[in-house]
Amino acid sequence: MKEKKKDSTAVRGGTASTSRASISGPVPRQDAPGKISGVASYIGDLCFEGMLYARTLRSTVPRARIVSIDIPAMPEGYFVVDARDVPGKNGVHMLTDEQPFFAEERVNYVGEPILLVTGPERGKIDQILRGIRVEYEEIPPVFGEEDSKNPRIPPLFGERNLFCEYEIRRGEVEEAFFDADFVFEGCYHTGAQEHVYLEPQGTAGVFDGERVTVYGSMQCPYYVKTALVGGLGWKEDRIRVVQATTGGAFGGKEEYPSIIAGHVAFAAIKTGRPVLLVFDRAEDVVCTTKRHPSLIRMRTAVDDRGAIRGMEIDIALDGGAYVGLSPVVLQRAMFAATGVYRIPCIRVKGRVFATNSVPTGAFRGFGAPQAFFAVEMHMHSLAEKLRKDPLEFKRSYLLSMGDPTVTDGRMKQEVPLPRMIDRLCKLSGYEKKHRAYKKEKTRRGIGVSLFFHGCAFTGSGEKDKIKAKVLLKKEDDESVSILVSNVEMGQGAQTTLKKIVAETLGCGLERVRYDNPDTDRVPDSGPTVASRTVMIVGGLLAKAAGRLKRRMDEKGEVKIEERYVQPPHIEWDQDTFTGDAYPVYSWGANAVEVEVDPVTFEVRVIGVWGIYDVGTPIDERIVGGQIEGGISQGLGYATIELLQKENGRLRQKNLTDYIIPSSMDFPDPVYELFSSSYEHGPFGAKCAGELPFVGVAPAVAAAVQNAIGRPVRRLPVSPEYLFEAEHDED
Amino acid sequence: MKIKFTVNGRPETVDTDPMRRLLDVLRDDFGFLGVKEGCGEGECGACSVLVNGEIVFSCITPVGTVEGSEILTIEGYRNTERYRAIEAAMEEAGGVQCGFCTPGFVLAAEALLRKNPHPSEDEIREGISGNLCRCTGYSGIVEGIKKAAESEGVW
Repeated sequence: MKEKKKDSTAVRGGTASTSRASISGPVPRQDAPGKISGVASYIGDLCFEGMLYARTLRSTVPRARIVSIDIPAMPEGYFVVDARDVPGKNGVHMLTDEQPFFAEERVNYVGEPILLVTGPERGKIDQILRGIRVEYEEIPPVFGEEDSKNPRIPPLFGERNLFCEYEIRRGEVEEAFFDADFVFEGCYHTGAQEHVYLEPQGTAGVFDGERVTVYGSMQCPYYVKTALVGGLGWKEDRIRVVQATTGGAFGGKEEYPSIIAGHVAFAAIKTGRPVLLVFDRAEDVVCTTKRHPSLIRMRTAVDDRGAIRGMEIDIALDGGAYVGLSPVVLQRAMFAATGVYRIPCIRVKGRVFATNSVPTGAFRGFGAPQAFFAVEMHMHSLAEKLRKDPLEFKRSYLLSMGDPTVTDGRMKQEVPLPRMIDRLCKLSGYEKKHRAYKKEKTRRGIGVSLFFHGCAFTGSGEKDKIKAKVLLKKEDDESVSILVSNVEMGQGAQTTLKKIVAETLGCGLERVRYDNPDTDRVPDSGPTVASRTVMIVGGLLAKAAGRLKRRMDEKGEVKIEERYVQPPHIEWDQDTFTGDAYPVYSWGANAVEVEVDPVTFEVRVIGVWGIYDVGTPIDERIVGGQIEGGISQGLGYATIELLQKENGRLRQKNLTDYIIPSSMDFPDPVYELFSSSYEHGPFGAKCAGELPFVGVAPAVAAAVQNAIGRPVRRLPVSPEYLFEAEHDED
Repeated sequence: MKIKFTVNGRPETVDTDPMRRLLDVLRDDFGFLGVKEGCGEGECGACSVLVNGEIVFSCITPVGTVEGSEILTIEGYRNTERYRAIEAAMEEAGGVQCGFCTPGFVLAAEALLRKNPHPSEDEIREGISGNLCRCTGYSGIVEGIKKAAESEGVW
């Protein structure tokens, strides 16, 4: 038996700060017993009296006009549900409502829903679906940005196939480039990524003759409700949305569930029976959102002393067939475009182009991972060009308090990166290894990435769009109910929110209740996205609990409402993207050590280290779980998760050919928390969910660059890419 | 076709198509909903059950092949002392997040520990390599199984 590497404390990783907040110690995870024992009820486990099943007929072509649909006579008890059964607008509300619930005259991607077949037996439904013939008149599809210029391909969106286009400028960037001694350029590509939440998506619809209730695996009950209001054309009070235990989401269940919530609602109304729609994995892969593939061009003006004078960055994201959340993803990418560095003047241009392929959307990191990959690799390569050590070079440009951000806001808090880097180097042995691997040509390498994540919604989104409202209710039986629309999806919200309330009230956890959100019971405290749940919603709950504490002696029910108020230090202009893009930042530094196989070009990860500042961790074990899971997902993104499109079709179809990390693939990460305290977060908490994903890929790529002595400019760092990179004559 | 087997200690007979997936029979006919479908093709292990003590993907197992076998799902296993040891260890180690994969991992742990009560970390990692988890990065699960193995007199 191997000797145990760690001591037997409950938490892997450690806390580097001298004082540890009392709330940070781990407590029993509230949802664990039901999940371990198999009692927890996920969407596919729901069963209603007289329930029907449903399955979707999807487009098999990337772009076409639907000429006709030939549907054989339906056996008794089986129904077709399509666009004609949408009582309101056939458009799923997100930022816009252009994406239809069901395609009508046209299809725009392989996998686009056309109709639903519903009935009592799943085998029979499949048989009926196989008998339906759709005649298409194909239209030349848009597969890439270059197709926008081809006059024979009609544009898919607007005249130029662009869902959105933005530009940010700060300082005299033309002057910087005019005065430059040389301009350093680089082009960085990242691929699509599949979420692979272990539980495929699903919804159930129930209609009682007056009201419709939709159950689902979801992150955002009120996004779903708003989409149903539009699709049904009904008043809000006739619509109820209930979250079922959600088996992982990672952003994949942010906007997508609204589509299938509509499907089951329309089907339930048409059939008068409850309808359950649960995807199998292959269907989930075909039709749900992916991480945006990106192409980022970076140009840096360098003066004769080797100092950076300015940067020009051009970000292009593939949005797929419908706009979805792409503009916001792009904004987050742009606001992270210069990474953690102080750059005197900048121009950042960004656009999302339309293609006839499955829409891309929210995924942990939300545009930031692409931007950090580009800027980290660019800075690394520029340092090498200047014959400087990459980490020392990066260190000399670190942002510090008072410095301007991309959007000309100000860093309002201390930037703890210098201390974090020191600690990271000590833990990983970076400096010595990096020098040795550079010399020795052992095909080993070590790389470092430095990154942040802007906490919560971008800009004034929390104040102007979300307007979160929470309720805390002392019940007759003296228990306290948390009433929020934020869901437990594996990230630990149930435990952390309860902890915040119990700690504020000074009562035991068992006294605080949290049930899966049901829009009939909970106010709209916003979506479970953007790493906002603890900082924003938890912050409101802490305030509410503070008020409730003074009234705990009152007899009977006491209800406390709390609404979001923007902290006074934030200044933001959404029209010009000027000011503080985020209320505060969480920080991270990763080191990754790799070995590249000289024959197969496979990248073997030998070690992973991380230092994080997420403010006060509300529960170290839960934050540790976010770190370990985020790193694993990031290592997959960086190395093995290849999702390719070929003529508008995904080449990977399921978990046999889309490979995610297994227990054998990567070593356990070693990490520590550096806890600063944020005055507007509950107990000083900032954000933690997305941050651990963001820096992994650039650290892997930098390590590979160190190992092979060639620039790495593409994710994933696949054997095929490395083979090409090493045989590239340039 | 009539197929006889034991599920969670109870002898059962089903009259069904022998090519039906064991997963569907367990969920739809018996209501053992702790058996999850994550991929439907034997890649993710969410549907894991024990058949005569061996870990099996019920999504690629035709029910006809389990004639005469003893099947254990999480619903049967959760009443055992060994389950309680694994449950406590998984909770303590942070081996649970979204939970969809968890019953499968618990049964994979049982299949491993009943043969090898003191596995090394590498043996644990190999033992659960047929099960996928997207939330934890496996650190918590591996440590949970290590801790469970330390339970005195259980294995």
